[in-house]
Amino acid sequence: MAREYTGFWRVLNGPQEIGRGPVFWCLFAFLALGLLAYPFFGSVFALSNLANFCLYIPMGLGLALLWGYNGVLSFGQGAFFAIAGYVYGIIAGNLLDIPGGTLLAAVGGIAASAAIAAAFGYLVFYGQVSNWIIPLLLLVLSLILETFMAQTAGYQWRVGSVLLGGYNGMTNVPSLEIGSANFGGASIAFYYLVVALMLITYLGLRLLVNSHYGHVVVGIRDDVERTRMLGYNVALIQIQVFVVAAALAGLSGILYVSWGNYINPSSMGLLAATLPVIWTAVGGRSSLLAVLLSTVTLRWVADTLAVRGGEYAFLVMGILLLVTMLFFPAGIVVTLARRWLHQKSMYRDLKQNGAP
Amino acid sequence: MPASSVSDGLVVLGAKDLTKSFGGIRAVDHLDLTLARGELRCLIGPNGAGKSTLFGLLSGLHRPDAGQIVFKDEDITNLKPFQRVRRGLCQKFQTTRIYRALTVAQNLVIADRTPRSSRRKNGRLSWALSTLGLDSEGEVPAGELSHSHQQWLEICLALATEPDLLLLDEPTAGMTPEETELTAQFVVNLNRQGLTVLVVEHDMAFVRYIAQRITVLHYGRIFTEGSLGEIESNHEVRRIYLGER
Repeated sequence: MAREYTGFWRVLNGPQEIGRGPVFWCLFAFLALGLLAYPFFGSVFALSNLANFCLYIPMGLGLALLWGYNGVLSFGQGAFFAIAGYVYGIIAGNLLDIPGGTLLAAVGGIAASAAIAAAFGYLVFYGQVSNWIIPLLLLVLSLILETFMAQTAGYQWRVGSVLLGGYNGMTNVPSLEIGSANFGGASIAFYYLVVALMLITYLGLRLLVNSHYGHVVVGIRDDVERTRMLGYNVALIQIQVFVVAAALAGLSGILYVSWGNYINPSSMGLLAATLPVIWTAVGGRSSLLAVLLSTVTLRWVADTLAVRGGEYAFLVMGILLLVTMLFFPAGIVVTLARRWLHQKSMYRDLKQNGAP
Repeated sequence: MPASSVSDGLVVLGAKDLTKSFGGIRAVDHLDLTLARGELRCLIGPNGAGKSTLFGLLSGLHRPDAGQIVFKDEDITNLKPFQRVRRGLCQKFQTTRIYRALTVAQNLVIADRTPRSSRRKNGRLSWALSTLGLDSEGEVPAGELSHSHQQWLEICLALATEPDLLLLDEPTAGMTPEETELTAQFVVNLNRQGLTVLVVEHDMAFVRYIAQRITVLHYGRIFTEGSLGEIESNHEVRRIYLGER
């Protein structure tokens, strides 16, 4: 029976994700081609906006892996996003004249998020802290970091030539540069970078969750003790998943500062800690596709509302979360997909067995 | 760690002076237990005798307050549960613990820790799956299996770890007499294939079917050991366990 879960295509198309048939893959290819072709007819403003919505996808997908597939809710993704952003800013700002400096800064930023996640994960997972305490600890970590960064105004708070900037944030952060290509927020190069990273993250995580390792990750979510009693070092696997999720949040953080050349402590505040949880819950945390769709859609909704109605955007997000939790506990996209699959199988049965 | 006196090749598991208390209650009290390689042993005793605690100590879910556990000539007293499983000691829990939302096939994927290993597997698992009728239920969600099939699936998950010692905690709880007999037959056949098995069971029909060496636990201590005939004719055992006056 285990043979079914080996081989690239079989793993990619495995049971831990919705959307497996030829119709799905055709739609997926169509959408991917549409995204690749968009720069030929979209305005620079529209491209820059879409890139901004999509750059949060690695963070959302990381949380789906951590929460939906491994059962650990996190209010710390905003913190890992901001840690990477700040570290990127510090390194890139100090290596302005060195070729490949921003790339080094990107690696450094992601490594910083991953390292802090590893240290935190070591303490909570080997300490067997209960699953409902972990999100609270992460929220506390975020708020402490926000408070700390908010008081870093003044010239004494600088690393090399880069000022941390206190509550006003770090400004003039250089955009990513690879060779002669500059990945500024309004560039087509940045748009393509974001689309490529989004697709790679989605497909990569799809392979991961459907692999043998991914099955064990899901096994830990469903029954920790059983998985331990099958010979797995559960704490180690939980730390690994936590680090991957933090690194993906860090990737989003780096794309964000490269896009806007700016980051401030509110990126690790209460709101920033909550939003990824809302994106993940509304779409459906047990599906990468659902989280991908809801992240982009909700970023677009929040942005549109913010432009038109200002302060109501987050109120709408809150109501949306409440409605989802009450009426679609598994998430809106996941619930609709399951209903559709159920109806499809009923229709197939009806066709095979004739009308009742 | 020097091997203790109980580890001499023929002995697969030796527990010495094991003690475990919860609050003021001593669940396991200076208990010694030795299992020979290839043995099939039944552990019986009234409720609260310390059977499940003893299993927890052997599998590593509980840390003993005192005592030593030697498994295959190695002191495993301080090893974590997953390390004990990797050394060949696996447990089926008292309440069925399977991945209910996943299919039978997915359950088995998780249980196979080395899917890419070229090492030849001992074949017990595929034999067990076909004997218990689970091989045709690969795509069924484990939570939708009948109660007995869920119990059997959990035994198969344990077998997938290729254990040298299998601990079964009440494997027939909630089963019909026919299913109990089938399980007993299965356990006996498993043992005939060379696997050492330690079973905790309340159902005397199961114990009688297996009819092997029996250890009686009472107040966390070994009350007596013997063959089925010896145990059933022991007046004191009948009094404390079978409820006769």
